[in-house]
Amino acid sequence: MKLIEADDVNVYYGDNHVLKDISLSIKENTVTAFIGPSGCGKSTFLRTLNRMNDYIDTFRLEGKIEIDGKNIYGKKVKVEELRQKVGMVFQKPNPFPKSIFENVAYGLKIQGSNDKDLIADRVEKSLKQAALWGEVKDILNKSALSLSGGQQQRLCIARTLAVKPSIILMDEPASALDPISTAKIEELIFELKTKYTIVIVTHNMQQAARISERTAFFYLGNLVEYDKTSEIFTNPKHKQTENYITGRFG
Amino acid sequence: MNSLRTNRLLDTSFKYVGIFATLFGLVMLAIFIFNILGDGISRIDWDFLTSLPSRRSSKAGILTAWTGTAWIMMLTALIAIPLGISAGIYLQEYGKKNRLAAIVEVNISNLAGVPSIIYGLLGLEIFVRTLNMGSSLLAGACTLSLLILPVIIVATREALKAVPNSLREASYGMGATKWQTIWYQILPAASGGIITGVILALSRAVGETAPLIVIGALAYVPFVAQSPLDEFTVLPMQIFNWVSRPQKGFLENGAAAIIVLLAITFCMNGIAIYFRNRWQKKINW
Ligand SMILES: Nc1ncnc2c1ncn2[C@@H]1O[C@H](COP(=O)(O)OP(=O)(O)O)[C@@H](O)[C@H]1O
Ligand SMILES: [Mg+2]
Repeated sequence: MKLIEADDVNVYYGDNHVLKDISLSIKENTVTAFIGPSGCGKSTFLRTLNRMNDYIDTFRLEGKIEIDGKNIYGKKVKVEELRQKVGMVFQKPNPFPKSIFENVAYGLKIQGSNDKDLIADRVEKSLKQAALWGEVKDILNKSALSLSGGQQQRLCIARTLAVKPSIILMDEPASALDPISTAKIEELIFELKTKYTIVIVTHNMQQAARISERTAFFYLGNLVEYDKTSEIFTNPKHKQTENYITGRFG
Repeated sequence: MNSLRTNRLLDTSFKYVGIFATLFGLVMLAIFIFNILGDGISRIDWDFLTSLPSRRSSKAGILTAWTGTAWIMMLTALIAIPLGISAGIYLQEYGKKNRLAAIVEVNISNLAGVPSIIYGLLGLEIFVRTLNMGSSLLAGACTLSLLILPVIIVATREALKAVPNSLREASYGMGATKWQTIWYQILPAASGGIITGVILALSRAVGETAPLIVIGALAYVPFVAQSPLDEFTVLPMQIFNWVSRPQKGFLENGAAAIIVLLAITFCMNGIAIYFRNRWQKKINW
């Protein structure tokens, strides 16, 4: 089933036209990778999916993006509800400067939940899902900032999972991490995709090849090629895609 | 002579000028404190803190003055802190970033530099006369609140500005509203900076005399204020009153009161520095 459907999306920052006629659709419970050289608009496009660009004054979007059949830029849409459904993990781990427990409980707290048992239960489940429970179960009250970078990133994933999103956006989630932490994150993505739809921006070709079913190649604000990952990497239709994945520019 | 050597020479000479300037300030301060301590420390005892003012210098105390200062501080804090922090939050987080906002911003910074006596005149006109508060504690606190509002607003904005954007994104990304993000994440992260600014502002208010003279605070108040509408005096006014008298006994009293006032301001600044250091450590995530 199609979950995300972008139709002729154009994005501008002031006069800078950074996304040009992007149309693509993403199916439920798949991992989709966005690749392309820096500055080609991957992050911008990813952020249109949970409207995180709304805070940039010069940002302007034309076209339509539907999630679950609803236009997310429609007038009646509550961005807060959208973002509960479309969670996000950022490039640099950004846990709240609070305890590990509070980090994971935050989403429920802002939804107004004060059922302590439910919150504790959800915190535990989310940490388990993010493969972090074993490492932190005895230090839940310690500051999240005392964790390593890789642990912090898994905490950010747990925090997102705690509000039961259906889509998780990840913007180069492992680019600030060491290889072992990166491997753990990849493993995690592999497990999560049975239940969630994941869209991930990555600079790492091998990573895209390993974890995604579909890959979108962006270049200078255009969506050059979007296909099954195996097709993109073994049989690219466009010269630019081939040049990029073979490392001839980037 | 090549430019490298000129630069090095300039560098060294500037270093010495800097050291001299710093030492000059420190030495002057040390001499001043040493002098004051010599004159007044023997006068400070329980009686001095708990006696009403008197015509006889040996019986006079600073009870009305320090309770007046305490009242003024409390009332000023009650008025200025909520107003200043709210205004800072509004301007930084909600206000549109346009020409008007830029003008407001510049003017708030300018207001922080307006001579305090001007605030006294404003307070006299608005609070004492128009709003009929008389020369009361309330009028004094309102006037001093005006005086320190710009400082609190600027400090609040700076502290909010220093909160990294990644924290806002994290909160918005979880589906938090703007207010939830401000309340649960940004304010706690900025609290150290805000508290520092507030304490420094209050410690400035504690030392102010001119605006209070203008609104008609009295130098001689023979009773402890019971309500915000009572007349009052404060430590700096009591000091001013005593040191302008010829008798040696009153000069000693003045020095002793200065020590108390200095102790209060040093304590407040110390607390402010403590919060600033703790905050600076925390903000580096
Ligand atoms: N906040 C912003 N304001 C203005 N221009 C921006 C902003 N963020 C990104 N851009 C511009 O948009 C283009 C796409 O950036 P981005 O989406 O971050 O690319 P990528 O993630 O592929 O590296 C770049 O040219 C960048 O300079
Ligand atoms: Mg990017």
